[in-house]
Amino acid sequence: MAIKEYIRERFFPHIWCPGCGHGIVLNSLLRAIEKLGMSKNEIVMVSGIGCSSRISGYVDFHTLHTIHGRALAFATGVKLSRPELNLIVPMGDGDALAIGGNHFIHAARRNIDITAIVMNNRIYGMTGGQYSPLSGYGTMATTAPYTNIDHSFDTVQLAMAAGATFVARTTTYHVQQMTKIFREAVLHEGFSVVEVLSQCPTYFGRKNRLGTAVDMMEQYKNNTTPVGSKAKKENPDLIERGIFVQKELPEYCHEYDKIIERAMQKIT
Amino acid sequence: MSDNIKFLQGNEACVEGALYAGLEFFAGYPITPSTEIAELLAYRLPQRGGRFIQMEDEIASMCAIIGASLTGRKVMTATSGPGFSLMQEALGYAIMAEIPCVIVNVQRGGPSTGIPTHVSQGDVNQARWGTHGDHAVVTLTASNHQDVFAMTVEAFNIAETYRTPVILLFDEVVGHMREQLVVPQEGELALVERLRTAVKAGVDYHPYLPREDGRLPMSDFGGIHRYNVTGLFHDMWGFPSDKPQVVHDLIRHLVDKINNNVNQITKYKSYYLDDAEFILISYGASARSALHLVEYLRPRGERIGLLELQTLWPFPDYLVREKCGHAKYVIVVEMNMGQILQEVRRVMDQPQKVFLANRIDGVFITPMDIRNIMRVVQGKGV
Ligand SMILES: Cc1ncc(C[n+]2csc(CCOP(=O)(O)OP(=O)(O)O)c2C)c(N)n1
Ligand code: SF4
Repeated sequence: MAIKEYIRERFFPHIWCPGCGHGIVLNSLLRAIEKLGMSKNEIVMVSGIGCSSRISGYVDFHTLHTIHGRALAFATGVKLSRPELNLIVPMGDGDALAIGGNHFIHAARRNIDITAIVMNNRIYGMTGGQYSPLSGYGTMATTAPYTNIDHSFDTVQLAMAAGATFVARTTTYHVQQMTKIFREAVLHEGFSVVEVLSQCPTYFGRKNRLGTAVDMMEQYKNNTTPVGSKAKKENPDLIERGIFVQKELPEYCHEYDKIIERAMQKIT
Repeated sequence: MSDNIKFLQGNEACVEGALYAGLEFFAGYPITPSTEIAELLAYRLPQRGGRFIQMEDEIASMCAIIGASLTGRKVMTATSGPGFSLMQEALGYAIMAEIPCVIVNVQRGGPSTGIPTHVSQGDVNQARWGTHGDHAVVTLTASNHQDVFAMTVEAFNIAETYRTPVILLFDEVVGHMREQLVVPQEGELALVERLRTAVKAGVDYHPYLPREDGRLPMSDFGGIHRYNVTGLFHDMWGFPSDKPQVVHDLIRHLVDKINNNVNQITKYKSYYLDDAEFILISYGASARSALHLVEYLRPRGERIGLLELQTLWPFPDYLVREKCGHAKYVIVVEMNMGQILQEVRRVMDQPQKVFLANRIDGVFITPMDIRNIMRVVQGKGV
């Protein structure tokens, strides 16, 4: 199926700013789905609120655009109710890890078969440039006019600690890798987390004097390195990208099927 | 004893009603005095292939049932005050996106953590206006286990008929008290199943275009029609829109579909109203004491009656005016500061003849409490 077939052309033009990384994420995701040869009817995309979350409106799947931070909770209801469906949940960094942080760790802990994508632009884009839990110490934001004193955490480490069975990171510069990772993540049976560093030139870029969208993508190229590379040992400031965890553990809906079996045996 | 006669708690009667109505999915978080509903469903639902999940909080529980409902399931969650507060944003989402679902609130005393193991009816207005923005809601209640069962079935029926969340507002006394329930036979109570679209695959389906009768046939997520669901104002495809006409029409639709059907949604019971000079209006556990007093005073020559409301929202203005207009005195009996009192005063031509008999101390209101207020109203002294 051509990529265009996955898009709701009726609902374009999209709302994203020129240079926004979120469109690149959409592109890579659709390429991954196309390569997997999935039918549109078997995919449910659930999103929250934010620039990133608008992605669900543009794709021709079953789409559920919900409330800020709660996408994974809605997705859990859909998935447990119809385990045969494929759930993809794109979220902003604020959506996934500030207001939605609790749902994030608990979905990971259950190992429910959902693909969570954290589109990390280190800022609240939709509301106009306030700091997010991933902005990081020393950055600038409209709510940190004297610099940000909040420390960030590492999405990958958090996801691993919470029990996600597939964890990866990539950037909008590394589109080939992003497509490959999405393919693996969607195929993976269990909770998958893909963090994509995605530029917001309008707010994070401007507030922190990072230049144009192209400049920001170039920084992704220069500031990242493949997982386990020698470069990381020499320069600990580099951000690793690639697949960190990929392991098989019992999936939540399968486990619940066994509960149903057990409960039914008890009454017969 | 036949096994359709049971002796159980009100919370269990609610579970029986939900299963009778065809409940398939429950998500919840433990909280007194509603917890038995979750515990029992964790046990019963998988026995019939249904699914139960204990979520990380009440916000997530409310969100999960909305997701499950979209796949075509009958869904429910249960909570009490603090959890009901947490559910409000997602409850508004279910109103906006028109998702059938049932939310049980077994009330305890509030605000805040309040008085968890004691009775109150303090969440009546929260049920009406807890979520932000203009909207209409349906809220049902009951005073005994047979009615808890019937109202729970009714809640599912209304949720499916009008594509709306329905709140079941019970209270600690009804929830925890034990009494008899006769479970109706299959087919004895009517069940409303989901109205699904007849539009064929490949033909443009409009999930948010109401039919002439105001109803909107649904299509299950995962089925042949792919569409968008959002909490933003949206057009007939479910795509966000800020066109004034779209916004106006949608809010009117959301409010009208409930308010234009008040008569169908209104459930109540009346006792000795025809010649009553003194009318008690009550609901939930309070109505038990009110009924007790009426049954006690009638044989003693007092012309007293009871209007027991089972639908609290939309408030049955017409019913109250019609049934109580002729009374000399009306006393609203409730366990809060007068939340339904306000409504009754609003709809009555002579609000000065409407009085309140209440208790707000976590103690169940007794027939004597009501009797004492009656005597004050009558100028007889206590
Ligand atoms: C309960 C609630 N609180 C706050 C908001 C306002 N709000 C909308 S989007 C957003 C943050 C968006 O940032 P992020 O999730 O990082 O996504 P981005 O827009 O950067 O893609 C906020 C705070 C809201 N919609 N709901
Ligand atoms: S504000 Fe930032 S995140 Fe939002 S669309 Fe613009 S560039 Fe993208």
